[in-house]
Amino acid sequence: MTTQTTREITYLEAVREALVQEMRADKEVFLIGEDVGTYGGAFGVSKGMLEEFGYERVRDTPISEAAIAGAATGAALMGMRPVMEVMFMDFLTISTNQLVNQAAKMRFMFGGKCSIPMVIRAPSGSGTGAAAQHSQSLEAWFVNVPGIKVVAPSSPYDAKGLLIAAIRDNNPVLFMEHKLLYRLKGPVPEESYCIPLQSAEVKREGRDLTIVAYSIMVPRALEAAEKLAAEGIDIEVVDPRSLKPLDEETIIRSVCKTGRVLIVHEAPLTGGFGGELAAVIAASEAFDYLDAPIRRLGGLNVPIPYNRTLERAAVPQVEDIVTAARALAQEGK
Amino acid sequence: MTVVIPEVDEVGTSSSENLLVELPREKLAWMLQRMCEIRYFEEKAEDLYIRGLVHGTMHLSIGQEAGSVGSIATLRPEDLIIHHHRGHGHTIAKGANLTTMMAEFLGRESGYCRGRGGSMHIADIPGGNLGATGVVGGGIPTAVGIALALQMHRSEQILLSYFGDGATNEGEFHESLNMASTWKLPLVFICDNNQYGMSMHVSKVMNIENISTRAASYGIPGKTVDGNDVLAVYEAVLEADERARSGEGPSLIDCLSYRWRGHSKSDRNLYRTAQEIDEWKHKCPIRRFKKVLVDAAVMTTDEVEALDQAAKTAVDRAAEEALTFPEPSPENMEDEVYAS
Repeated sequence: MTTQTTREITYLEAVREALVQEMRADKEVFLIGEDVGTYGGAFGVSKGMLEEFGYERVRDTPISEAAIAGAATGAALMGMRPVMEVMFMDFLTISTNQLVNQAAKMRFMFGGKCSIPMVIRAPSGSGTGAAAQHSQSLEAWFVNVPGIKVVAPSSPYDAKGLLIAAIRDNNPVLFMEHKLLYRLKGPVPEESYCIPLQSAEVKREGRDLTIVAYSIMVPRALEAAEKLAAEGIDIEVVDPRSLKPLDEETIIRSVCKTGRVLIVHEAPLTGGFGGELAAVIAASEAFDYLDAPIRRLGGLNVPIPYNRTLERAAVPQVEDIVTAARALAQEGK
Repeated sequence: MTVVIPEVDEVGTSSSENLLVELPREKLAWMLQRMCEIRYFEEKAEDLYIRGLVHGTMHLSIGQEAGSVGSIATLRPEDLIIHHHRGHGHTIAKGANLTTMMAEFLGRESGYCRGRGGSMHIADIPGGNLGATGVVGGGIPTAVGIALALQMHRSEQILLSYFGDGATNEGEFHESLNMASTWKLPLVFICDNNQYGMSMHVSKVMNIENISTRAASYGIPGKTVDGNDVLAVYEAVLEADERARSGEGPSLIDCLSYRWRGHSKSDRNLYRTAQEIDEWKHKCPIRRFKKVLVDAAVMTTDEVEALDQAAKTAVDRAAEEALTFPEPSPENMEDEVYAS
């Protein structure tokens, strides 16, 4: 990668670029979903793709999330590499039988004699005033299903590299795109590149405390870290990038170094992926290095409310991360 | 128009008697032998279960053999099927090795799914059997995707998608038939209508007489056939195959039959009478096909009984051999979940 070919584009453009490059490179890759063609996708991700690839490979569908997921599953079973877009992650509830009982199971259930290489692109998260049925973060459900992988990129660079890796992966991969990240800009190489799925990244180095965060919580954690740096608290931010498979090593190494860890996610705290992260850390050698209990910051146990103030209060904001991290940095001192 | 299924003794010939002339004798013999193999396989499966040699449950299609054989007999070798939990019939008709199939039923490493799937999930991917789904209607959306891939690859292959009467009340049925008909996908939807979704008779769960009338919602042909007449099934499915293969899209064939056994092994038949079951035994599709073949002088009684005996011997041998195969090892099981 040379710097000449790297330019600033948005997360949304990075997702599109990954799709376009993979569809140019492999005729078995196609996009299927509601309004992905003429409309360009509900959020505009596939804008312009119909013109290049035509109706067959940028395939508009009826409003039928179960059949869309089935169409992707069956095509994957036949050796194609479908990318299905669900308009909102919430609508995966309607696709779940195909994803959980078919796509995730077929390989194992049939004795390892087939594979299901497909990607499920799911715009997730709150912050758009879309209320309870268009704002969820359902990653923990899918992480608990053997046979599915779950990826949640936090930057344009990661979005492109991880999506290309997800499309080339020979398994069903749930690819979470946070709606608030779509407009985030960052440096992205023009060339095609892969980020291995099981590779966490240290997004900011620090000595005093580790924040493990993914998706929208990464930019929020980085902003919180800058604020706390002014108070002399030096924070390390680790982004797992893929929740399953999980790069445990990078997370554990960071906690061994700092001795304190705050886990942050948007999904409701109870039963959230943070519990799994906490258990992984507690069961590792990092346990001996902990100077304070493992702390978690997650969404409230409420459906996402409509009102702006209520919606903000339902999930961790920068100031919540600042408060929690500051308290943890002092804990036991 | 309601299809009336006659008792074997009342049967003159098949409503599709022209096929007795048009189809090669070997093909007709193949059909009878597969039907007998299905019957004997399932009787053997039941016997092994009663003897405590089987770990899980099973769903028997005894009485419905004409549906799976009559439909799959229309296919070219490279064509595909996807089916459901009551799937022994489709699997045998698609050409499964009886020993490998029995090994899967017994949960052995050398079974089709290496003992991971069992009776409810037998798949033979190289053989074009893309697997049985245990969630009612769950295979239908997947069928849409398989057929979509065939269409996008400009393949001449077609797919038969099987499901039961109960599945036609699932949302996935509607989504899938709508999508497949809109896109004119190369498949045939076949309802193995045995009249009961576990305990519920079709008349208690839908406000229509014939499931095939649902085809009208999708602008595709729909036909209810006598599912105990293997030749009638053949004729209806062949017509649907040709439509699928020529790019005109799917059809819905409602194959009316009856399951003699309970839904699964827990069934005590509280929802139907012994008399009803007995009446249907007098409509046995195998005895009926034998009678048609003999009456039309396609075969002698001795010849049909020889085919029957060959099927019984093949199933007995398969069970005997499969029982000697080793169980799978739990070692490294987690490594098999994901493809590399």
